[in-house]
Amino acid sequence: MKEKLVLIGNGMAGVRTLEELLKLAPDLYDITVFGSEPYPNYNRILLSPVLAGEKTIDDIILNDRAWYEENGITLHTGRTVVKIDRRNRKVIADDGTEAEYDRLLLATGSHPIVLPLPGNDLDGVVTFRDIHDVERMIEAARKYKRAVVIGGGLLGLEAANGLMAQGMDVSVVHIADWLMERQLDPYAGELLKRSLEERGMKFIMPAVTEAILGDKRVEGVRFKDGLEVPADLVVMAVGIRPNVDLAKSAGLYCERGVVVNDTLQTFDPRIYAVGECVQHRGKTYGLVAPLFEMAKVAANHLAHLGYARYEGSVTSTKLKVTGIDLFSAGDFMGGEGTEEIVMKDAGHGVYKKLVLKDNRIVGTVLYGDTVDGAWYFQLMKDGTDVSEMRDTLMFGQHHLGDSGHGGENAAAAMADDMEVCGCNGVCKGEIVEAITKKGLFTLDEVRAHTKASASCGSCTGLVEQILAATVGGDYDASPKEKPLCPCTDFTHQQVREAIRERRLTRMNEVMRALDWRTEDGCPTCRPALNYYLISTWPAEAQDDPASRFINERVHANIQKDGTYSVVPRIWGGVTTPAELRAIAEVAEKYQVPTVKITGGQRIDLLGVKKEDLPAMWADLNAAGFVSGHAYGKALRTVKTCVGSEWCRFGTQDSTALGIQLEKVTWGSWMPHKFKMAVSGCPRNCAEATIKDFGVVCVDSGYELHIGGNGGVKVRATDLLTKVATPEEVIEYCCAFIQLYREEGWYLERTAPWVERVGLNYVKQRINEDDEGRRALYQRFLESQKYAQQDPWAQLAQEASEKKKFIPLKQVV
Amino acid sequence: MSEWIEIGRLEDIPVRGARVVRTPDGEVAVFRTGDDRLFALDNRCPHKDGPLSEGIVFDHKVACPLHNWKIELETGSAVAPDEGCVRTYPVEVSAEGVVRLCLAQAAA
Repeated sequence: MKEKLVLIGNGMAGVRTLEELLKLAPDLYDITVFGSEPYPNYNRILLSPVLAGEKTIDDIILNDRAWYEENGITLHTGRTVVKIDRRNRKVIADDGTEAEYDRLLLATGSHPIVLPLPGNDLDGVVTFRDIHDVERMIEAARKYKRAVVIGGGLLGLEAANGLMAQGMDVSVVHIADWLMERQLDPYAGELLKRSLEERGMKFIMPAVTEAILGDKRVEGVRFKDGLEVPADLVVMAVGIRPNVDLAKSAGLYCERGVVVNDTLQTFDPRIYAVGECVQHRGKTYGLVAPLFEMAKVAANHLAHLGYARYEGSVTSTKLKVTGIDLFSAGDFMGGEGTEEIVMKDAGHGVYKKLVLKDNRIVGTVLYGDTVDGAWYFQLMKDGTDVSEMRDTLMFGQHHLGDSGHGGENAAAAMADDMEVCGCNGVCKGEIVEAITKKGLFTLDEVRAHTKASASCGSCTGLVEQILAATVGGDYDASPKEKPLCPCTDFTHQQVREAIRERRLTRMNEVMRALDWRTEDGCPTCRPALNYYLISTWPAEAQDDPASRFINERVHANIQKDGTYSVVPRIWGGVTTPAELRAIAEVAEKYQVPTVKITGGQRIDLLGVKKEDLPAMWADLNAAGFVSGHAYGKALRTVKTCVGSEWCRFGTQDSTALGIQLEKVTWGSWMPHKFKMAVSGCPRNCAEATIKDFGVVCVDSGYELHIGGNGGVKVRATDLLTKVATPEEVIEYCCAFIQLYREEGWYLERTAPWVERVGLNYVKQRINEDDEGRRALYQRFLESQKYAQQDPWAQLAQEASEKKKFIPLKQVV
Repeated sequence: MSEWIEIGRLEDIPVRGARVVRTPDGEVAVFRTGDDRLFALDNRCPHKDGPLSEGIVFDHKVACPLHNWKIELETGSAVAPDEGCVRTYPVEVSAEGVVRLCLAQAAA
């Protein structure tokens, strides 16, 4: 029989936990949900746009009733749980409905604070918390004119803005000297006040409310200094208080919130709690991003996985008032031991402040230009040392040199019809629409629904910016180290280490040892695991063709029409008339429609039918060719210039060195494709400084360059070192490749890998540690014994393999 | 009317792989999954006609080799949020390991 799970509180935190749980363990529980409100789960943070008339209630529903039905969840809306009977493990609602539980999840959220003032129970005094409140405000706006909002914080200003949009005359009463004092410093608060005043909002501040006036309906507000203002509607938006009433009555330990540990359990281990009602390590949260982090952890434990921990959240804030850009995070006030970088441009209404401590960002306030908010926030969360970019930090991410296209454009400044994802033709407007309409919070969700950044990934930074700009502080920033794929919570690094340390040599062993969630893995993890196994254990591990992408299975590149392209290896790009004649004959014999010179100085035969591949390979083999691996996560080509043999500027024999390098390294499987080049002089005609490993010959020897890329994100190489002889070039090159093979993550090119581990680390391992370098070199040569066999020759000769290239049956 | 034709033997189809049957109306991909079940579908992804037979097979799904759409082998439907469907065909294997495919009475 299934276990029973009851959720009290049908809001964003609780339902998100259920969603995460259903992903992990869809059939573990019979689930029952109680919600006091008469609606299914909706996006509470979008209530302000509903009030402002920019959205309807239907727009903000996150899970409709059909979702609950599809997942077999019993939903009781409009019913408030009034008692938890812990002894008999059941909950009882106000209408008498009961539900038993094996585990209970509390997500009771928070109450808006109602000030203990005379007159706070008059008609026309409302709080701003749920759909019902919004409906009351919209109704009041139809009949009445004058509104007073008590509270100049985030919520109060959003309410005031919404009421103005509904046509009311709005005054905001605030107790502090400046607006949003918990998110802004005085200067930013002043800028905000000014721009809201320009829109017609009035402010009474600093002021303390003494009483709400009126007989039956509210008529005005009186302050401590005696001032009275008339009002037909009073909105109290002075803050929220965790709703702990039910938990307290059940005898669970509460302070300000329901106290939970790092596994989000209350003092009764069968009872979990998430969301605004929770107090964790002394902190309570009122923003959505932390709630989602909690939801992930709680789901992990409810699913009996039991290894995730919640360690608290760092939060940021964004005001959802159309036309006002404001971002705040961390310790934005600064103080003892901190430094500030400030930019003020009052004329343009721009203000930026970064608070640094020990060369790390600890807080930021941005007003008027918040494009880089997400970036600063990420630097802050990661604790990145910013000393090297301090000079340009204030001007934003796109002012950092060498960033290619990755996030260069300012998302906020883009028009809706501007293309974001060039691979899949997705415009900014489509992404924003998907985010708001479908309630997306993560990069993965945006990828799944829009395909933006789902192909080459070069627009990922931009999509993340749009996501951050659209949902603000609620944006669920992806962690720096992501799980390898949805089948596991382990990262690439953890999986690699487990394979090595626990001597795992087969894929099913890895999946079993690391508790893979799926029987079969998926198209993301299987190729990665296959690579990790064969690169770690070249002699022991068996290659699994079913876990390779088609190109590596048939040793050719699949094309859009299902045909293939074939690239014979031409060592160093140097060929002969006889070789060219052989290629020409093969091209004619198999009626190859297109013959093209590739970017890597090879010849590409395009449009070959799959069943012709084995015969074609046999013919090419006969002429002395082997596979060019133009399809593989492997050495592609070594591009060369003619060098000292012909060129009047050449300093060394670059072609001979290129050929030698290619002959040593071909056939080796790597985390991603790997390109090399050898230039005969610093004029660098072979473009060696945008390759994974490039050699630039000089008169006195050979400069070795690493980590370049000419593709998605252009990156010039870093100089590794300079050596004197071709033998050293070979040794350093192989050692570098082996280090990358052993430590790079699958599908990570050398450019991001070098940036991740740092150039100094690579120098240490290759330049400074002679013994270590030679050991890497030896390990590379050893693995080449298993890898350096021509796959074309192997496949073309084995009848059972050859069969797979032809149809199983021809039906006439 | 249903018409079953012999297309080959179970061991001719690689585990977590597929083979193609060529018919006058186009290619049919016959998949063999990790749990040794067989499925037959039109060999054309609903997205951009990619040859599904060349995709990576996992659970009862295949990932199209062109743009990584995932297709359910049992129903032929694309895995959400992608939308689309390919035609499926009945396929069976006898106790002796002979695989038969039914082309005439195609499931919708």
